[in-house]
Amino acid sequence: MSAFFLKRTVQAVIAVLGVMTLIFFLQRLSGDPVLLLVPQNATQADIDALRTSLGFDRPLIVQYFDFMRGLLSFDLGRSYVQNVQVSTLIWSRLPYTLMLAGGALVVAFGIGIPLGVLMAVRRDKPEAKAMMAVVLAGQSMPTFWSAILMILVFAVWLGWLPPSGAREPSSLIMPSIALGLLSMATFARVARTAVLDELEKEYVRTGHAKGLPMRRIVMRHLLRNAAIPVVTVAALEIANLLAGAVIVETVFAWPGLGQLTVQAINARDFLVVQGVVLLGAVTAIALNLIADLLYSLIDPRIRIEGGAA
Amino acid sequence: MNAAAPVATKRSRRPIPWTVIPFAAILTALVLMAIFAPYIAPLDPNAQNLLARLKAPGHEARGAVYWLGSDELGRDVLSRTVYGARVSLLVAFASVILSGVFGSVLGMIAAFYRGWVETIIMRIVDIVLSVPAILLAIITVAVLGPSLYNVVIVLALTRWPRYARVAYGQTLSVANMPYVRLSRFMGAGWLRLLGRHVLPNIAGALIVVATLEFGLMVLFEAGLSFLGLGVQPPTASWGAMLSTGRNYVATAWWIATFPGLALFLLVLSINLIGDHARDRLDPRSR
Repeated sequence: MSAFFLKRTVQAVIAVLGVMTLIFFLQRLSGDPVLLLVPQNATQADIDALRTSLGFDRPLIVQYFDFMRGLLSFDLGRSYVQNVQVSTLIWSRLPYTLMLAGGALVVAFGIGIPLGVLMAVRRDKPEAKAMMAVVLAGQSMPTFWSAILMILVFAVWLGWLPPSGAREPSSLIMPSIALGLLSMATFARVARTAVLDELEKEYVRTGHAKGLPMRRIVMRHLLRNAAIPVVTVAALEIANLLAGAVIVETVFAWPGLGQLTVQAINARDFLVVQGVVLLGAVTAIALNLIADLLYSLIDPRIRIEGGAA
Repeated sequence: MNAAAPVATKRSRRPIPWTVIPFAAILTALVLMAIFAPYIAPLDPNAQNLLARLKAPGHEARGAVYWLGSDELGRDVLSRTVYGARVSLLVAFASVILSGVFGSVLGMIAAFYRGWVETIIMRIVDIVLSVPAILLAIITVAVLGPSLYNVVIVLALTRWPRYARVAYGQTLSVANMPYVRLSRFMGAGWLRLLGRHVLPNIAGALIVVATLEFGLMVLFEAGLSFLGLGVQPPTASWGAMLSTGRNYVATAWWIATFPGLALFLLVLSINLIGDHARDRLDPRSR
């Protein structure tokens, strides 16, 4: 049993090291890694000085271990463009992204789960098909388009909500909905499949035979069992929400990590981009691990099969 | 999983549901629009007319009608939307083909050879899949610089594990079928085994993945272009047009609305057709 936990944890660690290695080689792919780190107006002398001081003239393998050691000691480096520690920049923006992701999760969960359950319970009825159409539309809607449409309607035409920024609490409403819509579709689909699977089980038939009303069977018995796949998907969706925040934050000028990343790309501030991407990757891998462990805790069959494979 | 041939033919005779047909028509129309863009677009998509900047739909200037309005440089929104279909479809098509071929081959090889080949390939698949693709795409473009080709390369590099995982699982189940074992026993080489016996049996599942990925790739290209990391101006791309439109949302709503609508319709029809294909070819996943 603990063999499975150990194996999955080792895999996650390898994945983190793999992502770091990937980024290291990507930097070298660009030709001259120093050019990624300096401000655009740097002189040739500055560039050469930085190359020596950062050790880019040393053998590749030495650079690689140096790079990995730096990251493993949580040193993301110093931005040469903005002249601050990358970690300071990230810490100052992180709360905003977490707030946004939290808001989006509330939207996705609050709408997606009831929608999915209803779609399964009322399956083959016209209202279920209509709900499926809503889910499909939500899934196909590019976040940046729905975001712009919302700004147009609720900020420009109706004037109910602020169009951008993060000055008042109501600023969070539109970004959360824009970011949550896509995950809403995912939650609805997963909940629908999970409930459909459960509906075929014996205990549901027993419930019917006892004369229990459908509502009671679903609320009291079925939802608990159907929750298992939903919980795991939730862990994975949080990673997607954080990635989707890049676009939503750009549309709404929300001062989180996504906006920081896009600004850093435009300013050619590579270390900041690298820092955010690493943070995102590590978070995603950790959430993956948590999802797997949760799943195996709830459902022991996974542990046995996963451990044997 | 291992659907026998007669079952497959019976399935394909089932009529196409009426809900899919209009979306197939929309998809066809958008593809035709991309192919014949020069004949359909009423104006040159890159021609600027500074006297006709930010004009509302239906504006007429010097004998030209701006049916869907004009953007901040006086370019025709309709013509740019028509040409934008080219970029979207081209990028999506190229990246799906590249990642599909690459991923499927690696997946089949992993399942066929097992041992350390399998371990290495499938571990890389796990690593790449565990990181949100948009993050990998952002850092790659940040290094390589934004361009049409780089977008295709980035998408192909980040998406191949999807196909590899499916090809791997499917090949594992097919590789032990009696007819494959017999063929191997009779001396068939790996190329023949995989190409003649394995690929035809796993193609259905791979096509389903490819269809759903196609929609995602369209969204990714638009997203990267929206962030300024994709196709560079002045080339018309829906994502880039939406990015401009966002800045003029208060004064010129049409700049963002129409390319967004085209994008939405394209992705929606691909997703619907993909869902339908999945129901048909892969009965396990409702």
